[in-house]
Amino acid sequence: MAAIEQLAKEYEAARTDPEFTAELADLLTNYAARPTLVSEAKRFGAEFCGGARVLLKREDLAHTGSHKINNVLGQVLLTRRMGKTRVIAETGAGQHGVATATACALLGLECAVYMGEEDTRRQALNVSRMRMLGAEVIPVTAGTRTLKDAMNEAFRDWVTTVETTHYCIGSVGGPHPFPMMVRDFQRIIGVEARQQVLHIAGRLPDAVVACVGGGSNAIGVFHAFIPDQAVRLIGCEAGGDGDGRPERTAATLTLGSPGVLHGMRTYLLQDDEGQTLDTHSISAGLDYPGVGPEHAWLKDTGRAEYRSVSDAEAMEGFAALCRTEGIIPALESSHAIAGAMALGRELGPGALILVNLSGRGDKDVATASAYFGV
Amino acid sequence: MSTVSTAFEKAQAEDRAALVGYLPAGFPDKETAIRAALAMCEAGADVIEVGLPYSDPLMDGPVIADAVYRALKGGTRIADVFDTVTAIADAGTAALVMTYWNPVDKYGPDAFARDLASAGGAGLITPDLTPEEAGPWLAASDHHHLDRVFLVAPSSTPTRIEQITKLCRGFVYAVSLMGITGTKEAVSSVAGGTVARIRQHTDLPVAVGLGVNTRDQAADVAAFADGVIVGSAFVRRLAQAPAPDEGVAAVRALTADLAEGVRRSR
Repeated sequence: MAAIEQLAKEYEAARTDPEFTAELADLLTNYAARPTLVSEAKRFGAEFCGGARVLLKREDLAHTGSHKINNVLGQVLLTRRMGKTRVIAETGAGQHGVATATACALLGLECAVYMGEEDTRRQALNVSRMRMLGAEVIPVTAGTRTLKDAMNEAFRDWVTTVETTHYCIGSVGGPHPFPMMVRDFQRIIGVEARQQVLHIAGRLPDAVVACVGGGSNAIGVFHAFIPDQAVRLIGCEAGGDGDGRPERTAATLTLGSPGVLHGMRTYLLQDDEGQTLDTHSISAGLDYPGVGPEHAWLKDTGRAEYRSVSDAEAMEGFAALCRTEGIIPALESSHAIAGAMALGRELGPGALILVNLSGRGDKDVATASAYFGV
Repeated sequence: MSTVSTAFEKAQAEDRAALVGYLPAGFPDKETAIRAALAMCEAGADVIEVGLPYSDPLMDGPVIADAVYRALKGGTRIADVFDTVTAIADAGTAALVMTYWNPVDKYGPDAFARDLASAGGAGLITPDLTPEEAGPWLAASDHHHLDRVFLVAPSSTPTRIEQITKLCRGFVYAVSLMGITGTKEAVSSVAGGTVARIRQHTDLPVAVGLGVNTRDQAADVAAFADGVIVGSAFVRRLAQAPAPDEGVAAVRALTADLAEGVRRSR
């Protein structure tokens, strides 16, 4: 508790400190390459989305290849401000781990990343990237050897090393202040995108679509649109292999129930005695049995809708975007792409859909090659 | 007067610390876990903590985490935890359940308290329940007359210690070090400091857990604490035993050793 109380206090001071916010803004612009583009996906919209107009928020073009850098830059600056010298992180797809390793290299901080052993295998490219950036990658062999287990190990490290170490959580989950702080660092996605869409299309979108695992990119793009009641917010969860049992998915909001995990009360995939279920998704970054509590709130208030997208649908989206736009999306983001395809067909021509393309898919080419047999 | 309080009073009357032993239910199987717990009672443990196996035991190191993982894979359910509690209570020893919060939350705190009380349990140790979120458990434990043990860490501030100790009943659990179970050895200077800080806020007994494995360590801690909590060392005995009987015998021998330790230093 002392550690998160200290963090909450430091974050509160930092967010209103002009020096801190100026340094973060400078890094976001001159290091992370923000603002990221909004690109119109004309062929994709025409051929796969029922003729709807589709705009892509290109977080894949941010430095390190995903939105994760936005949050990490904020948290490493905070780490330095707290006088800590070591940063730990959990990672599923490896994007948050790579972003953390990158920012630590930039600021000269020691970095260790916990990653489920299963994920180190299916996201091997990112393991190499982290190691080249000077981070220690620690494979986790507990449980299902995926993101949840990596987060458990990171917490165990943190409670032991808290005097020198900051735990840089990558999702909008964990104990307060993490869900709020990560949301604040990620909301720049939606702030930029809202202006960009207005500039390009002259109006707000009918819907904003994002993939949801823990939910950081989705909260990031949704947040600025929450007051715009006419804009539908649609989160696409990992539906897994589609056999319908919750433990074959990571569709927490669609199939889960309220509970407590990793210091937060939110929706969880759990059994009748409160044991966390094993999860499954083809995408390592969505393979998590919980979800950020703000998404639970958006679901309960009805402000956002959450849908389940199966592995097969996501792979269809992945292929469609590759072939029509020349963009290889991350498997996580492919769930949002597939969600936009279904939504476009529902809404038809004339609809305007903003999709958060949260990351690029280089890390996934081995999985995709095996899946498509190419 | 709870059975846990009685156990601590008895120890105090004998001018020694109480020995609190932990074992998870269902490891390596339900029957062996019960036999091991009863062996602990017979060999000198004053209070038994029965661990409720949970999928995400954040406070536990590899020894206990692996054991509870295997207990769950073996099909251990909350009913098995209650059966284990009943066996210990029937043997005349106070049994507390050590549990992460989500299983209780899912079961319903009042229903859980009711069923634990009727199983003969004395209360709960709740490592991940914060005072801010404890309302339902405070009500349920009052309703069913159960003890509630919260944890104080070396990093806990005086305000926090005041807040936590006010809610405790039975004893206060002082965590000896910043870390997880079964990985580091307790350092008496740190643990002693935490106990002293706790005593400024409460007259409840204070028991020290984490990092106590041997008779000598138990004796060191018994010099300044009212209770000595040992977990991983017992679980390791069961995990390393070639057969259940040998595991139970090793648990019994360690208990006798530690029981001597808590009697030595005063």
